[in-house]
Amino acid sequence: MITTEKLTKVYGEVKAVEDLNLAIGSGEIFGFLGPNGAGKTTTIRMLTTLTKPTSGHALINGFDVLRQPHQVKKLIGVVQQHLSLDRELSVRENMELHARLHHLKLSERRQRITELLEYVELTEQANQVVEQLSGGMKRRLMIARALIHRPKLLFLDEPTVGLDAQTRRRLWELIRRMNLDGTTVLLTTHYIEEAEALCGRVGIIHQGHLIALGSPLELRQRLGLVTLETLSNNRDTNYHYFPDRTAATSYAQGLPPEVKTIIVRESNLEDVFVELTGRKVGDD
Amino acid sequence: MVNILVDSYSVLWEDLKILRHLWQRFLITGLMSPMLYLLAFGFGLGRGINMEGVSYLEFVIPGIVALTAMTTSFGSAGMKLNVDRLYYKSFDEFLMAPISPLSLILGKSLIGVLRGLIVSLSFMIIGIVISPMKVNPLFALTLLITCFVFAFMGVLAALLAKSHQDMSTFSSLVILPMTFLGGTFFSVGQLPPALKVFLYIIPLTHSSQCLRAVTLGHPFPWLSLLVLVGFAVAFLLGCILVLRRTSI
Repeated sequence: MITTEKLTKVYGEVKAVEDLNLAIGSGEIFGFLGPNGAGKTTTIRMLTTLTKPTSGHALINGFDVLRQPHQVKKLIGVVQQHLSLDRELSVRENMELHARLHHLKLSERRQRITELLEYVELTEQANQVVEQLSGGMKRRLMIARALIHRPKLLFLDEPTVGLDAQTRRRLWELIRRMNLDGTTVLLTTHYIEEAEALCGRVGIIHQGHLIALGSPLELRQRLGLVTLETLSNNRDTNYHYFPDRTAATSYAQGLPPEVKTIIVRESNLEDVFVELTGRKVGDD
Repeated sequence: MVNILVDSYSVLWEDLKILRHLWQRFLITGLMSPMLYLLAFGFGLGRGINMEGVSYLEFVIPGIVALTAMTTSFGSAGMKLNVDRLYYKSFDEFLMAPISPLSLILGKSLIGVLRGLIVSLSFMIIGIVISPMKVNPLFALTLLITCFVFAFMGVLAALLAKSHQDMSTFSSLVILPMTFLGGTFFSVGQLPPALKVFLYIIPLTHSSQCLRAVTLGHPFPWLSLLVLVGFAVAFLLGCILVLRRTSI
């Protein structure tokens, strides 16, 4: 579905994305994980034809994003990080605008809008002006809008940023449902639990480079499935990784007595992330 | 060709919806400055002055029509596009839609053309009520082309702007001087030759010359109309070029 080859974007002196090689298959939910400014949005913008790559290639279903943008645009649906809705139009009007831009016939337009508003549970708000909607509703409208032309590939750039936990889970449900209905999904996030909950495969991107690629489990296995946290006298937390609990426990028993707090737990994607990027997610 | 028109209409459709919601407000705010110019210059300053053999009022009304068409078309096409592009990023949605750059530019300009025509024609009707004047199809044609020139200019400025400040700087440096210098409030014939050359470089001079020639019954300056068409084509091509290159 997506293939990139040495995809690179340079802004002046800054290499936003460098030599990105990626292959994402049909039917995947793929997650891009990385701190702010790592190059996630730039990559999405290149794949969605908005930003022209400095060098390298990107193909969507065999179509080159630079040379065949028209064909690419027909295949993709995009939910941007920004709430890029027309605030002066109603929910239905926003949907209709998009349907028109994607050449849906009148009868199909009506049916599709009704169906999708139902799908994202916005039927009651259909005639409200977008300005009056809550953040979660706007996000759901953006997703419904992106689906109107039945895209084969859906891009979601930070789909749940700034939403409360309930709304976030509803969106996750929606994303899984869309995927089951046959849409390939590429999402970016800096919420690690989001990537863990949704994505079959994750790519960790750091300073413009793809530094790890695999399923959340594979990435954890590479590091160790069990994490041991120790707090010693100098108040530093140290992390150690082990393939299983037995190994962790035997290590803990060998520790000197001044190590006070010891926590043994399952490792998670955050451990992988921090070990690889050397800092907490969300740091600038 | 049909596709281009259909897609342009789809782009225009968004702005038409908003126009339908808010048309009274647009009309009133649009008529505000021409009415003030009419009161201050037409009735105030110009009382008792004769220009080119007619009363100043008769002289100045077509000039105000021209500048109204300019400011309304420019603002209606440019300002919202600027905000949509830089602030709400909703312009990205158009960029990601499978439509041609020409359709996108036309669609975004047409709202300026439409609003420019509505406001300047409304003002012309008021003008005719106050001081009866001749009008003919050439008057309407000039007005239409004028609206296209400045709507394209508005879209071009909005596509080039890197901030909201850029847009108002452009207005102050380009639109505002044209408002007063484009043969609107005085006769270009009165000026020294060096200044005259300068005034013929700016598009608004040609609009007011054409409009005034019709209302005063003078021979129609076809060359000026041709220059206006030239400006429209140049700005349109500029827009398409900039859009093709755009890559944020």
